[in-house]
Amino acid sequence: MKSVLPILTIVGAILLIWVVAVIPMNMHLTADQAQRDGLVVAPATPAERQAFSGLGLSFANPDLIPLTYNLDRPRLPSPHQVAGEMWDTIALRNVTSRQSLVYHGWVTLSATLVGFVIGTTLGILLAIGIVHNRAMDMSVMPWAIASQTIPILALAPMIIVMMGQFGIQGLLPKAVISAYLSFFPVVVGMVKGLRSPDAMQMDLLRTYYASSSQGFWKLRLPASVPYLFASFKIGISAALVGAIVAELPTGARAGFGARMLVGDQYGNPLVTWAALFAAAITAAALVAIFTAMEKLTLRRMGMAAA
Amino acid sequence: MTGPALISVLAVWAVGWFINARLAASRVADTRLVRLLVPVIFGLTLLLIWELLVRMTGVSPIVLPPPSMIADRFANSLPILWADFQQTIIKGAMTGYVIGMICAFAVAILADRSDFLTRGILPVGGFMAALPIVGIAPIFVRWLGSDWQSKAAVVAVMVFFPILVNIVAGLRDTSAMQRDLMRTYGAGYWQTLFKLRLPAAMPFIFNGLKIATTLALIGAIVAEFFGSPTVGMGFRISTSVGRLALDMVWAEIVVAAIAGSALYGAVVWVEGRVTFWHPSQRK
Repeated sequence: MKSVLPILTIVGAILLIWVVAVIPMNMHLTADQAQRDGLVVAPATPAERQAFSGLGLSFANPDLIPLTYNLDRPRLPSPHQVAGEMWDTIALRNVTSRQSLVYHGWVTLSATLVGFVIGTTLGILLAIGIVHNRAMDMSVMPWAIASQTIPILALAPMIIVMMGQFGIQGLLPKAVISAYLSFFPVVVGMVKGLRSPDAMQMDLLRTYYASSSQGFWKLRLPASVPYLFASFKIGISAALVGAIVAELPTGARAGFGARMLVGDQYGNPLVTWAALFAAAITAAALVAIFTAMEKLTLRRMGMAAA
Repeated sequence: MTGPALISVLAVWAVGWFINARLAASRVADTRLVRLLVPVIFGLTLLLIWELLVRMTGVSPIVLPPPSMIADRFANSLPILWADFQQTIIKGAMTGYVIGMICAFAVAILADRSDFLTRGILPVGGFMAALPIVGIAPIFVRWLGSDWQSKAAVVAVMVFFPILVNIVAGLRDTSAMQRDLMRTYGAGYWQTLFKLRLPAAMPFIFNGLKIATTLALIGAIVAEFFGSPTVGMGFRISTSVGRLALDMVWAEIVVAAIAGSALYGAVVWVEGRVTFWHPSQRK
C-alpha cells in the first residue's frame, strides 16, 4: 500500500490545523476563566478583551495557551477531549445506559438499517419493472432522476409529524425517511446496471433462444452487481444522514441526532462533538462493510474490480 | 377506504396508465414531446389520486393537505416564500457553494504539484464526502450566529469534499502522451495546466459541481433547523410542522424542488458551454 503514507500525511495535517485552531477559538473563554481564577490577563476586563481577536489575545497571553486545551465547555474542543469523551461514553458506560453512545448509536443504526432494507428492496423491484416495461420507464425514470437534484431530506420533519398523527412513533418514521433516501439512488444505479449488458451480449442470449427471465437471471442481474454495490454505498450513507436528521427537529430523546441536539441546547459541546464523530465512524464502518462485500462478491463472480 | 373512493382512484390510475402505455408503445414514443408528456401525465395522475384520496376518504386535510390546498397556499404566500428563498438559497446555499468551490479549487491547485499529496487527498476526501457532515450544523450555528453566515459555512464544508475529489481526480486524467505533447511545445507548468489539464478535468469537475448543488440546498435547509432568524425555508418548515400547517411545509418543499432543479439545470447549462468538445455533449 503505497498510499498509506500520503493518507497519514493528510490526516495529520487536518489534525494539526485542528490543534492549532483550538488556541484562538478558546482564548476568550480561557482568559475569562483565568481572570476568575485570579491569574493576570493582559487586557484586564472581558469588555476590553472583546475588542481583540482570538489570535491577538493569544499573542498577548502566551502563558494561557496550555489552558485552552482543557476547558470544561470549550468553543472548539481539542482532539484529546473529544477522544476522551468518546472513550468515556462508548467503552466505560453500560450499553443500556442513556449516557452510552452505543445505546444512542443503536437507536439510529437500527432505523437506518430497517429503512435501508425497505428502500433498496423497493428500489431493486422498481428498477426491474422499469427495465422490462417501457411505459414504466418513460413515466417513472425522469422523476427518479429529478429526485436526485431535489433536497427531499427537507420532507423529514413532516413525515415524522404526519406519522405521529396516525399514532406511529419511534423507529418506523425514521426508517421511512431512510428508506426513501436510499430508494432513489438504488433505482437509478440498478436501472443503469440492468441495462449495462451491450447489444452483442443480448444478441448472444437471443441466439441461445433464452427467454426474457433467463436473460434476466443469467445476464442482466449478474451484470448489475457492480452498479448495485455502488448504489448501496451511496444509499447507506444517505439513509444514515436521513435517520440522524429525522431525530433533529422533533425532539427525539435517543439517537445520534438527539445527542447532538442535547449537547447544543445544554451548552455541552463535547457531547455534540462525540456524537458527530461516532456518527462519522458509523458511516465509515457501514461503507467499509459494503466495500468489503463488494470486493468479495466481485471476486467470487470473477468480476474483480480493476 | 370507502367504495366510491376506491373505484374512482382505480379509474384514474387505469386511465393515466392506459394513456402512457399507449404512448410508450406508439410510433411517436421517441419524439421529444412524448418523452416529456409521459412523465407529466404520470405526475398528474399521482396528484389527482392524492387529491381524490384526501377528499373522498376521511383523512384530515391538516395531516395530508391535498395538492389543491398546497397550490392555494403557494399562490397566497408568494412574498413569504420569496423572502425564505432569498434567505436560504441565495444567501445561505449559494454563498456557501461559491466559497466551498473556490476553496476546493485553491486546495486542488496547491496540492496538484505534489503527487504525494494528491494520492493522500483522493481517499481522504472521498471518505469525508461519505460522512454525515450536516451534523456540524449545530456547532457552526453556535460559532457564527443564527443568520445566514453559519448556513453558508455548513454548505461550504459540505460541498468542499466532493468538489475537491473530483477536481483532483480530473487533473490526473490526462494521458502521458498528451502531457508529452505539451512538453514538446515547450509549455511550462501553468500553460499545461490551463491549456490541457484543466479543460480535460472539466467533465469531472462539473460532475462534482452537480452533486454539490443538492448538498448545498440540504445543508442550508437542515442547518436552519438548529436556529435561524425568523425567515428561511428550514425555519419555515420546522415552525410550520410545529403548528401543523403542513400546507405551508409542502409549499416550501415545492420551492426547494424548483430551486434544486434550477440550480442543477444551471450547472448543466454551463457544463454544456464549457465542455462542448466532450463526447457526452455531442447531439
